[in-house]
Amino acid sequence: MSNITRIIRQLKFDLLIFRRNPAASFFTVILPLIFLVIFTSIFGNETLENGAQVATVYVPGILTLAIASATLVNPAITMTTRRERGMLKRVRSTPIPPWVFVLSQALAGFVIAAVMTVIITLIGRVLYGVELQFVTLPNLIISLLVGAMAFSALGLALTTIIPSEDAAPAVTNAIMLPLYFISGVFVPAESTPSWVDTVGNIFPVAHLNQALQESYNPFADGAAWPWDHWLVIAAWGVVGLIVTLKTFRWTPNR
Amino acid sequence: MRATAVINVRNRPSDVMPNFKYTPFRTYCPERCGYGSVWTASWECTRLSTPGKVETMPLAIAARDLRMDYGNFTAVDGIDLEVEQGEILAFLGSNGAGKTTTIEILEGFRKRTGGQVEVLGYDPEKAPLSWRERIGIVLQESEPIPELTAGEAVHMQAGYYESPRDPRETLELVGLIDSADHRTRKLSGGQKRRLDLALALVGDPDLVFLDEPTTGFDPSARRESWGMIEALRDLGKTVLLTTHYMDEAEQLADRIVVIGAGKIVARGTADELATKVDATTRISWRPNPSDAQPPAALGVRVEPATGIARIDTTDSLVTLHQLTNWATEMSVPLPELNVARPTLEDVFLQLTEGGGA
Repeated sequence: MSNITRIIRQLKFDLLIFRRNPAASFFTVILPLIFLVIFTSIFGNETLENGAQVATVYVPGILTLAIASATLVNPAITMTTRRERGMLKRVRSTPIPPWVFVLSQALAGFVIAAVMTVIITLIGRVLYGVELQFVTLPNLIISLLVGAMAFSALGLALTTIIPSEDAAPAVTNAIMLPLYFISGVFVPAESTPSWVDTVGNIFPVAHLNQALQESYNPFADGAAWPWDHWLVIAAWGVVGLIVTLKTFRWTPNR
Repeated sequence: MRATAVINVRNRPSDVMPNFKYTPFRTYCPERCGYGSVWTASWECTRLSTPGKVETMPLAIAARDLRMDYGNFTAVDGIDLEVEQGEILAFLGSNGAGKTTTIEILEGFRKRTGGQVEVLGYDPEKAPLSWRERIGIVLQESEPIPELTAGEAVHMQAGYYESPRDPRETLELVGLIDSADHRTRKLSGGQKRRLDLALALVGDPDLVFLDEPTTGFDPSARRESWGMIEALRDLGKTVLLTTHYMDEAEQLADRIVVIGAGKIVARGTADELATKVDATTRISWRPNPSDAQPPAALGVRVEPATGIARIDTTDSLVTLHQLTNWATEMSVPLPELNVARPTLEDVFLQLTEGGGA
């Protein structure tokens, strides 16, 4: 069996497992949609000074949350759980190349993130009139790709500092929730103090958010490639990959 | 050059010719022992009695002077191990004796600190992934993925191998076919262990590692597992199983290797170990703390936990005579005096404790 076949096989199983896991499905699929509806309700779908609607800020913000959830939070929790329950050790006892297994996991996260992108874009369009211009579509696709790859690597790197299955959701959320707040995901960056922005801009979540904001910018008259943001995200991805390659463990911590 | 152990014909997959599908083995050994010799491990070869007629197989597992040190602590202290193809070998020892460390080294999950190891012809530390095609591992603590059904779990695992067994047939083999559509989280403890075995067997391995397959089982579940392990023998698999139950080793294994404190303290068939037992008799009593000390020549050991004094002797009549003579002379009452032949369990304990002394 070729490695491509193996990856597709494993990807199918990973997506099946995801669909059947209520917690993972809820936090990755349902919760971002609830947030989208709540935030646009609270802050009203007003028209901003620049003529765009508030929802044009929230659609990419919530999309950032969904991508991070699908490619970083959920895989970090899942992989830690599998490691601690000896499932990863079992995988390592077979002849499947480790990279094939890990890449399938990352692809599963990417597929879920891509589906969420479509859903959130459609909801934004239908309910809140947020238009995605054809000219910024490549920007959106590349941002999704870069973000998903980098976050997958960071999610795997994160598993190495999570000591146990019980600690996995706590550690992951303790890192990600504050990041969402200082990265303009829940609160638009314009309404936060500048030092919060400065701190937020160190991390990749803010840059994915800003790259996606440009994808949904209704006034974009060109592709508006957000190279600076992609570079920061990719740099974090490389760090994540190096940490993963050096420290990832397949055997339980006990 | 050492003589190779006699092949256990009963358990061999093919009685006629050993199977040489294992390319890594150099069957003939002209460079070291000359034509007409075969390797049993890379450091060992055997001269054939009839040149050209192959009557020995490379060992499934060969370890020489295997060591595992963690700083100052030595978990495995220079053990030699030979497992022939088609053999079921029990690796018997109490908790912390070094069983799991050893088996993890053989499985390639742990890097040893010394000695030579070959498993199916490869050093586990340097073996290619294809080596794992031929090895099945039942891990001591490994859960199935709860979101999948038993059938799906076996199916997923089968996809990791080049030429797996049929998943349904594998489920039938372990008696789990009726639960194939049940989610693994709904399976009982015994069913989960059957699934573990199915997952280890679906790759159709030649060598199966079972790390404490029945620990924590009730007696009926243990019997059931034993049946499945016996079925492996019929499939011609080589099995290395670790256990701390003497009866389990006796029931299942062709040969038993007893490990205590990282050293091998005894090896042989259950019968051979039992002969060692027959040779010794245990005399025990509960001494009062105020009693006089018995003469050192009697070799009395007092178990600190129970306060029972005991003498293990090969000549019970003489020893008993000496003991009672002394006791009468000193007016020591010897309460709860008991003379008994130790069970296999006792001998096992004695051997493993002795290893630590």
